[in-house]
Amino acid sequence: MSVYFTEDHEWIKVDGETGTVGISEYAAKALGDVVYVELPEIGRDMSKGDEAAVVESVKAASEVYAPVAGEVTEVNEALEDAPETVNAAPTGDGWFLKMTINDASELESLMDETKYKEYCDGL
Amino acid sequence: MSDLKRTKLYDLHVAQGAKMVPFAGYDMPVQYPLGVLKEHLHTREAAGLFDVSHMGQCFITAEDGTFETAAKALEKLVPADIQSLQPGQQRYSQFLNEAGGILDDLMISRLGLEGHTHKLYLVVNAGCKDADYAHMQKYLPEGVSVEVKDNLLSLIALQGPKAAEVLGRLNPAVKDLVFMTHTDLMLVDNIWVHVSRSGYTGEDGYELAVKHDDVEKLTKLLLEQPEVELIGLGARDSLRLEAGLCLYGHDIDTTVSPIEAGLLWSVQKHRRSADAGYFGAARVEADIADKTTKRLVGIKPEGRAPAREHTEIQDMDGNTIGEITSGGFGPTAEGPVAMGYVARKFVKAGTPVQLIVRGKPRAAEVVKLPFAPHRYYRG
Repeated sequence: MSVYFTEDHEWIKVDGETGTVGISEYAAKALGDVVYVELPEIGRDMSKGDEAAVVESVKAASEVYAPVAGEVTEVNEALEDAPETVNAAPTGDGWFLKMTINDASELESLMDETKYKEYCDGL
Repeated sequence: MSDLKRTKLYDLHVAQGAKMVPFAGYDMPVQYPLGVLKEHLHTREAAGLFDVSHMGQCFITAEDGTFETAAKALEKLVPADIQSLQPGQQRYSQFLNEAGGILDDLMISRLGLEGHTHKLYLVVNAGCKDADYAHMQKYLPEGVSVEVKDNLLSLIALQGPKAAEVLGRLNPAVKDLVFMTHTDLMLVDNIWVHVSRSGYTGEDGYELAVKHDDVEKLTKLLLEQPEVELIGLGARDSLRLEAGLCLYGHDIDTTVSPIEAGLLWSVQKHRRSADAGYFGAARVEADIADKTTKRLVGIKPEGRAPAREHTEIQDMDGNTIGEITSGGFGPTAEGPVAMGYVARKFVKAGTPVQLIVRGKPRAAEVVKLPFAPHRYYRG
């Protein structure tokens, strides 16, 4: 399985033709304590860059964007009652949604883990 | 390069790992490594220390050396009764424009120190202070002057249920103060402070005006106490919101009167008529009498989704009835909390309303403020 990152700090873990999406450690730390997560409806068709979810800290709301185009197949309902999981395990149990990947070539525009780390260091 | 101003505690904030953000022209700590949520809860459980040195501090004095002349002059600019202030007493009020809109909100104290009881001491908002000073200089009569102290005094706040115990270690006399009174005294290490029992969190606590040269020493002394943590502007905002306290520029501004903002309690009875002699008095009387003007109320969204500032408020038929002016997550309330203006017929606690969050209506209810009970020390 490969993991890709966006400049907006989403990650997508690719398993065949589907992907799991969440926000990076960097993003979770920058947001601070997450108090609410709004997840999309299952079956929603998203283009790359569409607003897929909303994550709110005490202070502010931020959007989570679709890293690639595809359809939402599953959402992490556990986050509704335990949004703090996003801080505790952003790249594990704190995942947001699973989706189909319409066009695998869209992944090429994303960063791999090494490139993403360099990107964050430069911020 | 940024031209943000810094308080005398800037280096300490940075050394403590604060995340600094621009606020009202100052580079201020929004949070420390503890994070907003824990900082908030810590303040409600123990004691939080805030740097509020960006706020404006000034004295008003009359040339004739009487309190009466200074008090009468200030009463032209604020709805509160100032003449009846006793030495060592403090009141909350607002500067109003001629239309009765709020220019700023502020704390007004009559000094208690012998030989200084003719002086008024004011604390105003950072974002408004230059305009406030100009406003006073323009409208205070000849023989009454404003003396700005921002180049001399810092201001820190110690808030929370352990505040009295903690500050009491530096001078036990602070425990005798009750809410909205103040005094001048010397703490350990020869640190002079002007200390008031007041704050902006709904908790018991103090605000301490201290010379710039002493503020770092005092801050470090307080941080050595095991109950004390530094608290940033993020938690300051969630604490005051749960306490139902207005934030200037958000819940109050020149478009609303103190009556619409729910601040009638801060206008003493004999100051509620149009002929009370201050800017905006006609509006105050009119808004008290007019049962159709809007009101600031508490709003409790159902579920967990916070409703932020500018969220539209609708009645259950989908008609717009107002807007959220402050909204977020209340760590003590353990859920979303908000304040906003609604049309007068919706002000009753328990009235169902809906909030339009990201295009979707969400259930909410008008509630009594505050969301977290005030725990002021009244003796």
